Amino acid sequence: MSRQSLAKAHQKIQELAWEPQYHEPYMKYGTDYTFRKASKKDPLKQVLRSYFPMQEEKDHRVYGASDGAIRGNMFRQVQERWLEWQKLFLSIIPLPEISAARSMPMLFHVVPNPELHNGQAIQMIDEVRHSTIQQNLKRLYMNNYIDPAGFNNSLRNFQGDYCGTIGRQFAEGFITGDAITAASIYLTIVAETAFTNTLFVAMPAEAAANGDYLLPTVFHSVQSDESRHISNGYATLLMALSDEDNRQLLERDLRYAWWNNHRVVDAAIGTFIEYGTKDRRKDRESYAEMWRRWIYDDYYRSYLVPLEKYGLVIPHDLIEESWKQIWEKGYVHEVAQFFATGWLANYWRIDAMTDTDFEWFEHKYPGWYDKYGAWWENYNRLATPNGHNPIVFEDVDYVYPARCWTCMVPCLVREDMVTAEVEGQHRTYCHEVCRWTDVEAFRPTYQGRETPNMGRLVGKREWETLYHGWNWADVVSDMGFVRDDGKTMTAQPHLDLDPKKMWTLDHMRRCPPLLSPNVLLNEMSDAERAAYVADYNKQGPAGRPAPASNA
Amino acid sequence: MTTTERPERSVPKPQFTDAEAGAREFPDSGPGARRYNYYEPAKRKQTHYEDVTVDVQPDPRHYLSQGWIYGFANGEAGYPLHWTKLKAWGVDEPEPQRGPGSGGLQVKQWPAHGWHEFRDPNEEWEMTFYRYNANVVRQVNQNIDNAREGKSFEQWTPNWVRFVERNVGAWMHIEHILGLYVFAACNRSGPTNMHNTAMAVNSMHKIRFAQDLALYNMTLTEEISGFDGTAHLDAWNNDPAWQGARKVTEKLTAVDDDWGESVFATNVVFEPLIGELFRSNLVMQAAAQNGDYVTPTVVGAAEHDFSARDLRWTQACFGPLTQDREFADHNKALMQGWLSDWVPQCLEAARAMQPLWSMPDAKPPRFEDSLDRAKNRFAAIVVDLGLEIPKELKQ
Repeated sequence: MSRQSLAKAHQKIQELAWEPQYHEPYMKYGTDYTFRKASKKDPLKQVLRSYFPMQEEKDHRVYGASDGAIRGNMFRQVQERWLEWQKLFLSIIPLPEISAARSMPMLFHVVPNPELHNGQAIQMIDEVRHSTIQQNLKRLYMNNYIDPAGFNNSLRNFQGDYCGTIGRQFAEGFITGDAITAASIYLTIVAETAFTNTLFVAMPAEAAANGDYLLPTVFHSVQSDESRHISNGYATLLMALSDEDNRQLLERDLRYAWWNNHRVVDAAIGTFIEYGTKDRRKDRESYAEMWRRWIYDDYYRSYLVPLEKYGLVIPHDLIEESWKQIWEKGYVHEVAQFFATGWLANYWRIDAMTDTDFEWFEHKYPGWYDKYGAWWENYNRLATPNGHNPIVFEDVDYVYPARCWTCMVPCLVREDMVTAEVEGQHRTYCHEVCRWTDVEAFRPTYQGRETPNMGRLVGKREWETLYHGWNWADVVSDMGFVRDDGKTMTAQPHLDLDPKKMWTLDHMRRCPPLLSPNVLLNEMSDAERAAYVADYNKQGPAGRPAPASNA
Repeated sequence: MTTTERPERSVPKPQFTDAEAGAREFPDSGPGARRYNYYEPAKRKQTHYEDVTVDVQPDPRHYLSQGWIYGFANGEAGYPLHWTKLKAWGVDEPEPQRGPGSGGLQVKQWPAHGWHEFRDPNEEWEMTFYRYNANVVRQVNQNIDNAREGKSFEQWTPNWVRFVERNVGAWMHIEHILGLYVFAACNRSGPTNMHNTAMAVNSMHKIRFAQDLALYNMTLTEEISGFDGTAHLDAWNNDPAWQGARKVTEKLTAVDDDWGESVFATNVVFEPLIGELFRSNLVMQAAAQNGDYVTPTVVGAAEHDFSARDLRWTQACFGPLTQDREFADHNKALMQGWLSDWVPQCLEAARAMQPLWSMPDAKPPRFEDSLDRAKNRFAAIVVDLGLEIPKELKQ
């Protein structure tokens, strides 16, 4: 279809716009936003007559590449260090994608713009595409990669694992609560417009550098749909901005959405890119450099800041703070270290860092070795079972962290940890913004304003609580992270598949029990709790205990 | 001749890793480990569709040990099973209550409730629906292009031109509303990924067909002198023949918080009694005699969507609920009530459309004969579902 005829076709389908005459649609979802003065435009201008063949052609390319990868023995060149992390990533990502599809009708109900509903419906279809094409990619890895464990029980794993739960924010956050907060600000304005750049562009590039060209094939195809979704979000945002009553809510939601995306996506994708790669060329971009380019320059400076003139209050402070977390406070390194500390609670294998890796990290993040080097040397030393326990139980200068009640990533930048007593429970937060999110933002009133549609943070948000007091062999069995011999663990802290070097449930049986930091925190007296917090804030970097007091 | 030295390019260096299946033997290296092992297939062998669809949307009665983590203001979270009044066995059983020291409490006997037994018999996922819909739009385009090149629109009788511009045009609105505000709108509400994906696919068929008709209308405006491309708006907004159908269509979007009723009323009642009545029993019967061999191909593509795919998943969705081992009586009573409510509304709307049968020069079968065919078709669907033909059908 030519561009001219496409424009005409799009104009024609606007005649389908519906103004109810006899019955109004049932309004299942609500918002505290109002759209009284909004102009109504559909920036997407997509018609299905051209959409379906276009997507089919994209599919042909993806599936052709998949066949080619298998025929060309791609898996003889894939780095296991890289593909192991895909067991986590590809267990998480199909749910956010399908949740994005499910979130679109929430917008039909609250955005009074029939033109825009067309674009939202196409986004819904795109998202079904993304979810199923990603499940299919994982299936292909399972069938052709040397170690299918972790891929083969992927969704059970994901739904019982704390990392999966962290990832689920990036799904349930799209489909619950205030429809605009969820499906527009959190999903399209922040997650898709900002963070899919690192998810679907930066990460695939790293995959290719590690011998995996199927991830780029699938995810670049996915990313080519995202620009349409960004248009949907932008149109809704402009509509919201035209009503001044919305500005307070927009400010709240941008702060929440930005910070939560930073906490969740930077934790996961930062770890995959920095610790899942074998490509240590000094001139390849680090995650921090990618973040500066894709998120700080492309999103923040080019997309967000220009919206200030329309009255949008930009969370400049949080964007700078996020950068500080990545660049100065080692957020990604702390997360990767925690993943490796807790390898036994997960379902993929985590390779140790070597001298080559150390050199690269020191080059990219000066001072890295002094903070993290010794710990990774210990990780390597303790990788195969040899009479010792997994590293989390050994004396390697690491204090197991408390978990953030809001983002559910542990409180790893120890100086930033804060607490609050909420609904009779003492909770820990990784940062003041996560405390604010739980205590102030996700509430039925916000700064004195009624916000009856705002969602709630619910669920068993500290994973360790469920297994408090359990033996680790029972924890791993309960989660199902065991291989088909009934005893060898799916997860391993190394890549050696020699069964003699793999950890088993027998090794776990002799470990100390799992203890929940949150349960313990709530068992403390007020004085003990205050001392715990004071000590915690002095810990780190790299999880080191607080220095001994001089007093 | 000199050559210019270029600095070595910085590129990743491929390495031989031998990380392909079968390269080593270790626990989980065998072929038996190369299947998704977290769900039970409906049949003996797992299908590709099941692999990419089942369990993607979690259920806290299965593996979701930490439960849903975001909720609505009223405390509901995830995909509540009571977003329809229909019930599948096991739904009244309590969810596992997890807490300090409880562990994951995974349900050993899975599925723990009957909703998870549903599989879309069309096995739709992205590869299948893009191939299918791309084929449909290609076929429709080719038919229309061929007709245009063959000047076939010149053979249309004048009254048929009026009929198509008003009435085939008016139908696009119904497809659009049902696609967006019934099926797409309900794809957030179903209890499993299989239900919601089937609804999303159903919505695409509808939205695509609505646009097919709009773009066909645009082509006719260009090709037929005097064809009024906006006449469909007048018919849709003002023609008494269309107001009944419009009223029912709008009411299908207004069902009070029950995705089951919305989908059932649309695909089981509205589609045979109004949709097929108009598309199959009027447009496709009348067109050829009025010099039009093109419109039936456009409309026929959508008719195939419904009869071969959308109705098929609907029967697989609702049929087992009337045989449910725990709630068969509850579901049958509920669905019978829906039939009693929706059938009279649809019949009233259908009768209001009767004047349309008189418009073409070459007359289609009588309205009453067409309606009888639609009623027979509807009755067969109802019986197939395990329900009784509602007495209201005799009206």
